[in-house]
This record gives sequence, structure tokens and C-alpha cells, in this order.
Amino acid sequence: MDLILKVWRQKDSKAKGKIETYQISGISEHSSFLEMMDVLNDKLIEDGKEPVAFDHDCREGICGMCSMYINGQAHGPSRGTTTCQLHMRSFDDGDTIYIEPWRSKSLPVIKDLVVDRSAFDRIQQAGGFISVNTSGNTQDANAIPIPKDDADKAFDAAACIGCAACVATCKNSSAMLFVAAKVSQYSYLPQGEVEAKDRVVNMVEQMDKEGFGNCTNTGACEVECPKGISLEYIARMNREYVKATLVKEK
Amino acid sequence: MELSSIIRKFIMALSGLFLIIFLITHLVINSLTLASSKDLFNEAAHFMATNPIIYAMQYVLALGFIIHIGMGIKLTIQNKRARSQEYVYNRMSKNTDLSSRSMIVSGGLVIVFLALHLRDYFYQMKFVGLPEGTTDYDLVVNLFTNPYYTAVYVIAFIVLGVHLNHGFKSAFQSMGANHKKYNPLIKIVSTAYSIVIALGFSTIAIFHFINQSSIL
Repeated sequence: MDLILKVWRQKDSKAKGKIETYQISGISEHSSFLEMMDVLNDKLIEDGKEPVAFDHDCREGICGMCSMYINGQAHGPSRGTTTCQLHMRSFDDGDTIYIEPWRSKSLPVIKDLVVDRSAFDRIQQAGGFISVNTSGNTQDANAIPIPKDDADKAFDAAACIGCAACVATCKNSSAMLFVAAKVSQYSYLPQGEVEAKDRVVNMVEQMDKEGFGNCTNTGACEVECPKGISLEYIARMNREYVKATLVKEK
Repeated sequence: MELSSIIRKFIMALSGLFLIIFLITHLVINSLTLASSKDLFNEAAHFMATNPIIYAMQYVLALGFIIHIGMGIKLTIQNKRARSQEYVYNRMSKNTDLSSRSMIVSGGLVIVFLALHLRDYFYQMKFVGLPEGTTDYDLVVNLFTNPYYTAVYVIAFIVLGVHLNHGFKSAFQSMGANHKKYNPLIKIVSTAYSIVIALGFSTIAIFHFINQSSIL
């Protein structure tokens, strides 16, 4: 396949970036999008140019590192896939492909296609945990009966890999889907329920502090989420949050 | 105190639902002008203007509008700020529908219409007073002798319908009402409601235009 790539190049977080055009040929339609990027980088290095910086790690769709906005869509045109699981057969020979980093004030570009997602880490640190004594006599988690439905819903929420496609695709740069998934994965389970009120309030507070936008229920996040996290979790978080703020004494 | 993003959404949803209830009341009363007798509408208008509870509700309604509009503008400014640099290429039509993306635009147009509408009726009834020998009914109906005016009103009703189509179901989601069993019902009611509002008000306007023109 021969392709024209329009790639966002930005030297560092302070530099003003711009789109650069590259021609690339001989790409196999069986290669993944990241492998195509590898070929591009090999060529750039051979030509003595700076390779394109992009995030990647497991390349099997579970780590949440890859993060490209491809042809106007987070993780490209395929549904339910990360960029690493996107294959070149999803494109046609001769296509022009735009490749940009996630765009959000809270996820600033570090270089080229790499963004700083530590805002997500700080939200997680604000409440994305349970407090358990792990001194050696920890109770077996399976000793507590949990309804199958609740376990399934907690698991579906926990499928979130924190890639931030939800923020990238949302016209408001809202992180609600991510935070809702992280809140729900604990609150559905008895182990997480005890701290549920503090958790939801603290995580939402941190989310707001990070400067993410407000959700307007367009539903773009749900469509683009590579893990299929449902808007149901956002509604659930809204309920949890309002209940918690009404009840909490501080 | 800065309100959290979720509380802001709740306020947006609650004020929106309040305005949704107002609109249906407004439509029901206006539909009385379709009756052959002028008295029906005039009596209803008289009741609305004199009943003390409804009189008090005027202020609540104004407050509802102010909160909904003010919050909508504030949210939009915040949301724009959250993305300081736009995408070079963004295909939002792939994952969202137009009515959900353009709430601030449709809302803005509705505000412009609202200003015009208040000038045409509220201001005339409250401050100017009706001309000698005419009734509320005449004021409502006479406006629709002008084809341009009728067209502006009908366009505004369609824009309002687009705004409501997203707004109605979105309000439920914002307030946490998302349930597999009830979601299809909310969606149907939302679409039906926005069609009834847009079509209902338009029908009344067009009816009076045709009724008073010489084309039939």
C-alpha cells in the first residue's frame, strides 16, 4: 500500500507544532497501524531525520498506552479497538491519513504524538483504591458472596485501560467516562462500597481540578472507547455523587 | 463556592425539565386559539394573567430561563477552554448526532427568538396594553398575517425541536436515570415530545396565517 501521512510534529511541550506530510510505500495491509509507524520511523532515521515520537507498549490492546487521533477519530476508524489493534486493511491504497495527538488542555503534548496523561494518575490517586489491611491474614476475596450481575458490571467497568480516548473524542474534553469507570469498578463490589462516598467525591473533585470539561451527553466517548465502557456508568456516578454530597458531613 | 461539574449538569437538567413542562403548558393554552370561538383562549389568557399562583410562577419561570441560559453559557466557555488547541481533522459526525453537538447554537437561536417573542407578546400585554376593542386572541392571531413573521416563528419552532430532542433525554442521563429497561421509553418520549412541540406550535402559526390570508 502507498499512503500519504499527515503527522503532527511538535518538538516539545512549549514548541508550536504543525502537520508534516510524509509519503510511504510498500506497507502490507496485514500490518498494524503501529507497525506502519515503525516503518515510517525507520525511513526517517535512514534519511537522518527525527523519528515520530508516539506512545506504545503491549501492542495487544490492553495497556492503554497507544493514543493516536487518526483521520478525525480516536484510535482510528474501527470500533472497539486501540490503535495497536487497528490494521492497515482498514484503509485503502493511496489514502491520506491524518495522525494527531489527543487534544485536551489537561493532557498536554510532550512531543509529537505523545501526551502527558498524569492527570489520570492523580484522579486515580484521589480515590481509585480500597483500604485493606494486607498484614498477612487478608481474607480471601471470594469468601464474600457477590451477585453475578454486580461482579460482571464491576468487571466491565474495570476493563477501562485509561487510554483517554474518551477525553480526546469528547467535544468538551470531558473525562467523565474514565472517572465513572474507575468509580464504578469499586462501588459495585462490597470491598469498595465502604469507601464509596469519599471515593466518588474525591475523584470528581480531582477531575474538576485537572480542568477537564463538562459532560453534555453527546455519547461520543462510549462510541470511541476501545473497551466499550457504557454511558450507564456516568449516570451511575452522577447518582452516587449527588447522594454522597447530600449525605456527607464535610 | 465553585459547583462541581456534576452538580452543574444537575442544575442544567432540572432547569431544562422545568422549561419542558412550561412549554407543554404553553402549547396547550395556545391550541385553544384553534377553536372557532375567541372566548376560550381569552378566558384562559385572563386566568393565566390573574391567578395569583400563576402570577408568582412567572418569576420562577424567568428564573428557570436565567439559570438554564446562564449555566449553558458558563458550561460552554469552560468546555471550550478544556481544549485549547483544536484538531486539524476531526470527524465528530462519526460518533455523535448534530442535535447533541449543537446545543449552544440551537439554544442561542432560541434565545434570539425568545427576545423577539417577548417583545411581540409579553411586552405588549404587560406594558403597552392592548388597543381599544381588541383581545388577547387578536394580538396572538394578528401577528400571523405577515408571511415573514410566520416563517421566522416556524423556523424557531424547528430549532427548538432540535434542541429539545437532545435536551429531554440528556436531562435524564445527567440526573442518573439510565436504565436498560426504561432507556427505550425515555428515548421515544423525548423524540415524541420534541416533535409535538415543534409541530404543534408550527401548526398553530400556519393555521392562523392561512386562515387570515386570501389564498384559501
